[in-house]
Amino acid sequence: MHPALSVILLTTLIGVGQGLFLALYTGQVYSVANLLEHQDSQGFYALGSALALVFLVAGLIASFFHLGHPERAWRSIACWRTSWLSREVIVLPVVMLLVFLYGLLHYLEWTTPLFTVADTLPVDATLIIGALATLATFALFICTGMIYASIRFLQEWHCALTVINFTLLGGASGFMLAAAFSAFTGVHLVGFYGTWAVILTVTAMFTRGASLLRNHRLRPKSTLQSAIGVRHTTIRQIAQGAMGGSFNTREFFHHSPAHVVRMARIAFLLLVFPVPALLLGAAWGMSSEVLPLLAFLAQYVGLLIERWYFFIEARHPQNLYYQSIA
Amino acid sequence: MTQLALVIDLNVCVGCHACVTSCKEWNTSGWAGPMTDQRPYGKDPTGTFFNRVQTFEVGQYPNTETVHFPKSCLHCEEPPCVPVCPTGASYKREEDGIVLVDYDKCIGCKYCSWACPYGAREIDEKQRVMKKCTLCVDRIYDEGLPETERKPACVLACPTNARLFGDVHDPDSNVSVMIREEGGYPLMPEWGTRPANHYLPRRKTRLRIHEDELLRADNPLKKEGQLPAPPGDMPTLDDITSW
Repeated sequence: MHPALSVILLTTLIGVGQGLFLALYTGQVYSVANLLEHQDSQGFYALGSALALVFLVAGLIASFFHLGHPERAWRSIACWRTSWLSREVIVLPVVMLLVFLYGLLHYLEWTTPLFTVADTLPVDATLIIGALATLATFALFICTGMIYASIRFLQEWHCALTVINFTLLGGASGFMLAAAFSAFTGVHLVGFYGTWAVILTVTAMFTRGASLLRNHRLRPKSTLQSAIGVRHTTIRQIAQGAMGGSFNTREFFHHSPAHVVRMARIAFLLLVFPVPALLLGAAWGMSSEVLPLLAFLAQYVGLLIERWYFFIEARHPQNLYYQSIA
Repeated sequence: MTQLALVIDLNVCVGCHACVTSCKEWNTSGWAGPMTDQRPYGKDPTGTFFNRVQTFEVGQYPNTETVHFPKSCLHCEEPPCVPVCPTGASYKREEDGIVLVDYDKCIGCKYCSWACPYGAREIDEKQRVMKKCTLCVDRIYDEGLPETERKPACVLACPTNARLFGDVHDPDSNVSVMIREEGGYPLMPEWGTRPANHYLPRRKTRLRIHEDELLRADNPLKKEGQLPAPPGDMPTLDDITSW
């Protein structure tokens, strides 16, 4: 498949935004349970939510560049019964709204407990909105992943690992950013977020590795024989009906040389997994402010390459009809 | 229920591209148009087509066979491109099973093209909406045309009658009979899309001659040698028949 920059940016940016929100909320839940110290509502949660929102909005803006008619994008909420793309279009603004509300409530410091569960757990409005936003965030991960996983013709994507990888990689990059964010705001949560970021990164390494392995072993369901219905072992295309290429040759082929693809795989396997983990480890040892940010940036660049590779990996059966120009 | 479709006979297709050009001519100026071109006289001309003729070589030289293969939307009975559309711009008509795109609703996200294993959909770079074969929906019901012309443009253009048009759900229609009796098959049946369009395979008429027909085992001349000459006083055939 052709890797469209707009879609690469959309999926990675909203992944960071969702992950960062999940990190903030995880921190809050830990502090409610008195496992972590309480953080400043305005300085930490509100600012963090604003940062998450920036990533979500940036992803949304990037997605518009994928459309032929962005002015009609509102129409895409119509078919939520059948289309995962439609579901994503509905859930993304819901996530943005809930993250915005979560940040706003923290900014206004409406954190007086509304009620207390079992005399030990004070529940305030941010905790409720945050729980809803967490649900929406996971729903969004599922929608985004399922857009790709639901197309059965793209066997490389048609797998639960696609959704799992989107979720884990988004979560890892978000927790990585949370570590960088707490380092910069002088909050003592770098270790907490860093640990979670590494846990998510290592888990994602296994699941992404599993999908790489699966795709390596995959046998295409369609063959040239079934594509044109001729039963012969030797079939060769001698004309595809157009000399100057067509939508079919532009959208479904990546036209990247094999060595570039190989380099990209090595680059993302290094940048997404070991490099940020080592940088975070070094940051923990040196108590540095810059290293967590570097770790996040390295992982984000790695994720851009990972998403590019995700498209390169997918081989569409229609390509059987476009093997040779003339 | 009606399911209009094409049946394409690969046995008689000569790969002349008449269906491609007549499709483009009719549709670019009609309801489904325009079908824009980019750099039509430039180095890498490209553009929107609903129908393309491809050519495949089957076998190893010298035992090869050239198969011309016209490819357009197959109007699947389980169209995978329809449910993925987020806006409902892609739809399958209840009344005749034609899969169409509503250009006014299409946002040009290309998701439907990913969900088509046949590569039947093409985005129009100028109008930035997804386009595909309409089975000439603006011709086949046009009562202003003589009844014999109420067929897709490609069907009318085909000089060898390789393209047949009709209702594949009616068991007595010409297309159903051809599919049934001439071995019609769908493309990529492994995906369960149930294409309405069918293809008829290459069919060869062979004269079967058995070896014993060339070398007659029961040839009396070979078996018994030359027959002995009849006695001289025996009446000849001319004597006993009046012819």
